[in-house]
Amino acid sequence: MFKILKKQELSPGIFHYDIEAPRVAKKAQAGQFIVLRVDEDGERIPLTIADFDREAGTITLIFQVVGASTQMLAAKNEGDSIVDFAGPLGQPSEIHENMGTIVCIGGGIGVAPVYPIARAMHEAGNKVISIMGAKTKDILIFEEKMRAISDEVLIATDDGSYGVKGFVTTALQQLVDRGEKIDQVTAIGPGVMMRSVVEATRPLGIKTIVSLNPVMVDGTGMCGGCRVQVGDEMKFACVDGPEFDGHLVDFDSLMSRSRMFRPQEAQAKDHVCNIGLGR
Amino acid sequence: MALVMEKHKMPEQDPKVRARNFQEVALGYDEDTAVAEAERCLNCKVPKCRQGCPVQVNIPAFIGKIKERDFDAAIDIIKESNSLPAVCGRVCPQENQCEKHCIMGIKGEPVGIGRLERFAADYQLAKNEEIKPIQFAEDAQKVAVIGAGPSGLSCAGDLAKMGYKVTIFEALHVAGGVLSYGIPEFRLPKDKIVRREVENLQKLGVTIEVNAIAGRLFTVDELMGEMGFDAVYVGTGAGLPHFMHIPGENLNGVYSSNEFLTRCNLMKAYDFPNHLTPIAIGKNVAVVGGGNVAMDAARTSLRLGAENVYIVYRRSEAELPARAEEVHHAKEEGIQFKLLNNPVEILGDENGWVKGLKCIKMELGEPDASGRRRPVAIEGSEFELGVDTVIMAIGNGPNPIVASTTPGMETNKRGNIVADEETCATTKEGVFAGGDIVTGAATVILAMGAGKKAAAAIDAYLKSKK
Repeated sequence: MFKILKKQELSPGIFHYDIEAPRVAKKAQAGQFIVLRVDEDGERIPLTIADFDREAGTITLIFQVVGASTQMLAAKNEGDSIVDFAGPLGQPSEIHENMGTIVCIGGGIGVAPVYPIARAMHEAGNKVISIMGAKTKDILIFEEKMRAISDEVLIATDDGSYGVKGFVTTALQQLVDRGEKIDQVTAIGPGVMMRSVVEATRPLGIKTIVSLNPVMVDGTGMCGGCRVQVGDEMKFACVDGPEFDGHLVDFDSLMSRSRMFRPQEAQAKDHVCNIGLGR
Repeated sequence: MALVMEKHKMPEQDPKVRARNFQEVALGYDEDTAVAEAERCLNCKVPKCRQGCPVQVNIPAFIGKIKERDFDAAIDIIKESNSLPAVCGRVCPQENQCEKHCIMGIKGEPVGIGRLERFAADYQLAKNEEIKPIQFAEDAQKVAVIGAGPSGLSCAGDLAKMGYKVTIFEALHVAGGVLSYGIPEFRLPKDKIVRREVENLQKLGVTIEVNAIAGRLFTVDELMGEMGFDAVYVGTGAGLPHFMHIPGENLNGVYSSNEFLTRCNLMKAYDFPNHLTPIAIGKNVAVVGGGNVAMDAARTSLRLGAENVYIVYRRSEAELPARAEEVHHAKEEGIQFKLLNNPVEILGDENGWVKGLKCIKMELGEPDASGRRRPVAIEGSEFELGVDTVIMAIGNGPNPIVASTTPGMETNKRGNIVADEETCATTKEGVFAGGDIVTGAATVILAMGAGKKAAAAIDAYLKSKK
């Protein structure tokens, strides 16, 4: 069993959990993910690691309630435990010195998994410019943390309530327009957002890394459910990724596949609500 | 007394009924039938059956005890060589092993050795006897086993009985490996058989850690270093599913057999939404492949409510790698065999869902390297099979996680770990490997046989080091 040491609702439906998992925390690296199960009848759900504290032995997860499993996870309280927690999974981000100027883009709760990458980029001595996107100011997360490890932070909100009005690509365009020399973009967020970032950087020839979170069951390579077309190759996000060269990713297929279980997901959510597990 | 030339029939659920439920197909012999079947054994002076068994169970001896109705003694004899008899009695390909060599099989049917093994194992499980934990010596040496599948479980069981303190590290949240995620409930019940066999091993004194992903949570070097293990056995099994690399494999409605079976068996998607893992099954399902896994996926599809389920296989019936019994059961249940057909493309609709499988007809040409006649496409014979679900059951490649994080342990060009056939020793001192990660996908019993050999070799290695 894995104990929830801290629970905080960052904004309606978006939660911060610190989970006690000392061995995972000891090995976790930026870019990796974990798979958890809330209870004995639960799904295995993959979540990207938002932070880790090797001394406290904790892994930080940020999640948004979207379906039955996240609803059940959100119903847990500080001090409660979840049954399974496996990781760290996937290849760590490629981070080293002298990479130059890195633009780290996080959209929605995608800011959370981009944070440890931006921090590691910063710790390796690279220049980090972060772009954070949200629908509106109230649901922007991790701003303070991102400011602490970034040379510069740009914010974009859909409604213009904070930062520039528009999308993360609007902010990215500002950087390009002012002549910032960008060596790499790392973008994490919804598929639509990552695709727009990739389309924006493609003509500029800027290396762009995206972190994918497709449907998966085991997370160790066995099921192949997380397969994604990357250039000419079929890759498994869990063992080959989760990060890939965004310019090679087939986003249409990726986003279509993420809808495979939509009807069942709705049914499961109803079920969880009806039997009162969600609250 | 006249010889009974045919095996006593195995009581089974009616095909029409069972094709819609997940309960076990074969119901098992009762005591009288078991004794009557045991009496067919001629107790040969040179028991060839035993040579056919990958773990050399003393077959005539245990059958002799069943004849005498001493069922406890029978299972004790089996357990001397086989730590998972209730599993093997159900899923071993006996027709290619012990029963293939049975003298009774020359003029009639061989003795139902597998059915008798299952009977004896179930007899003991039903008694629910207390298992005495092993008393380990204070300074007992420690062995780590990676993977709680058949190979790891069998290796761990043998090592524990020799007095070694064994910890099995399992990546998934449940032990059993393919016994838990792959083989369906209707062939191998999970709670009734697999979980109990695993628990019995734990009661004996084997520690099992789930959610422990070797290569990520710790490396093999760390196991042998700071974690204090004296030897390691790698039994990580068959890993990554193969796809055909034909157009359309990323459409919705396409699964690997691993994903399909894992959702259903391990995650219990057949009981959705009480269990939260979903599975989407169409009305018409094509399963590509001809092995046991393909049969399992096809029969699972029926039970999930599919109306038409096809096995699409590029060779003919004679080459089907699946056990004859599985093919027979599948046919009885209404699985339709589309033999000598090879998929060339999966066709999708405007929403990204499967709407058909384009196949080409094949004929058999000259024998290939495997000795089987090579299937050759008949030009211009393409046709479309109307299906909305496609399951690829064409095998697995090795999982790279352990091998890629273990310097000094060699793999071959396919990515399988290189290990000595007799001792399972890898190129790294103190590290042994066996089962599918070494041989490529094979059977439960061969993996168990490797685990057993490795246990003996690890014992010899550790004694030499003391």
